[in-house]
Amino acid sequence: MAVAEEKTSPETSEKSWQGIVLQTLKRNDIRLVPYVPDRVLTTLIKNLHADPFFTTFPTAREEEAVGIVAGAWMGGMRSAVLMQTSGFATLANVLASLAIPYQIPLIMFVSERGTLGEFNYGQSLVCRTMRPVLDSLAMEHHTATRLDEFEFIVDRSIKQAITTQAPVALILSPLLTGGKVFDK
Amino acid sequence: MNSANTPARNTKVMSRFDLTSRLIAKLKHEEAVIGGIGNTNFDLWAAGHRPQNFYMLGSMGLAFPIALGVALAQPDRRVFALEGDGSLLMQLGSLSTIATLAPKNLTMVVMDNGIYQITGAQPTPGAAVADIVAIAVASGLTNSSWAADEDDFERLIEESMSDAGPTLIGVRIDDKPGVGTTRRDPVQIRERFMHGMGVREPL
Repeated sequence: MAVAEEKTSPETSEKSWQGIVLQTLKRNDIRLVPYVPDRVLTTLIKNLHADPFFTTFPTAREEEAVGIVAGAWMGGMRSAVLMQTSGFATLANVLASLAIPYQIPLIMFVSERGTLGEFNYGQSLVCRTMRPVLDSLAMEHHTATRLDEFEFIVDRSIKQAITTQAPVALILSPLLTGGKVFDK
Repeated sequence: MNSANTPARNTKVMSRFDLTSRLIAKLKHEEAVIGGIGNTNFDLWAAGHRPQNFYMLGSMGLAFPIALGVALAQPDRRVFALEGDGSLLMQLGSLSTIATLAPKNLTMVVMDNGIYQITGAQPTPGAAVADIVAIAVASGLTNSSWAADEDDFERLIEESMSDAGPTLIGVRIDDKPGVGTTRRDPVQIRERFMHGMGVREPL
């Protein structure tokens, strides 16, 4: 019974946002996925762990994951990093001193905290730093809000990052994911 | 460094450049070497540039994570990483990540002089109290040890090449600056390294 429910639940179907991320990573041969977790990313992380195609593991800091991605790319393996907004806020130095100047196609999925119903004042403040940092470095970034556009955004962004050897941030809006709300 | 608070140590204080040169002289199979920020990669450069060397020009603390990425991507290639003690203190969590993933092709060397030499030789917060090798062991890297002298360093490097898991070697070094200066061209450094890794051909 529980298994049947899981199979049909929207979070594990290929048409869910989590399913689209997993399938699009796979289609683009992205095998390595280090992450610092977030509640919103729970199902995606669980599904990545369950799929032997992926090598996925937690790191202690987001910077560390960026270092791993840089090394893996130079060794011929494609990867992506999962994190939340506050984790992105720790990355300005490594973006400016490693990912951008060394032309590393760093693909980041950032689950957006701090907006559309945030209950933690600190999260709402740190969220305001994210896009100015991305813009100050002239980095490609997109905010995904709609499921019908999501696969296009993810697939095209991954391909552009790799062919132009430039990082990209894909921000997962609460409009797409439901976000994290006070009663959770 | 030799204050009354410092625990007794039976490890010789050595030269970063000499140890780096000894390591490079042992490499016969296009092994990758990741040099951490500042003096660590300056001495790697001075020991003789090879396409399999990668030089960090920023991102302090990420030599081991970058090396982990290379080691995961190319499990059949031996990967060495050279890091300073001050740099490692910024990213101690990476030791646990590496211990968990346990790549058997990764050898980490920590050049420990207890100071931020390049910024004016200020002592690190751990200089008088912290033991990097003990931290590594407690992080799950059980195959971690101090090199007593140069011969012991060479022996530990040799042993690491056939070990079943990652190795960390701590070396006490003096307070001298790096011997050379890496050419600060990140795109060329990265591209040459990818050629060295067999990932790409030159245009």
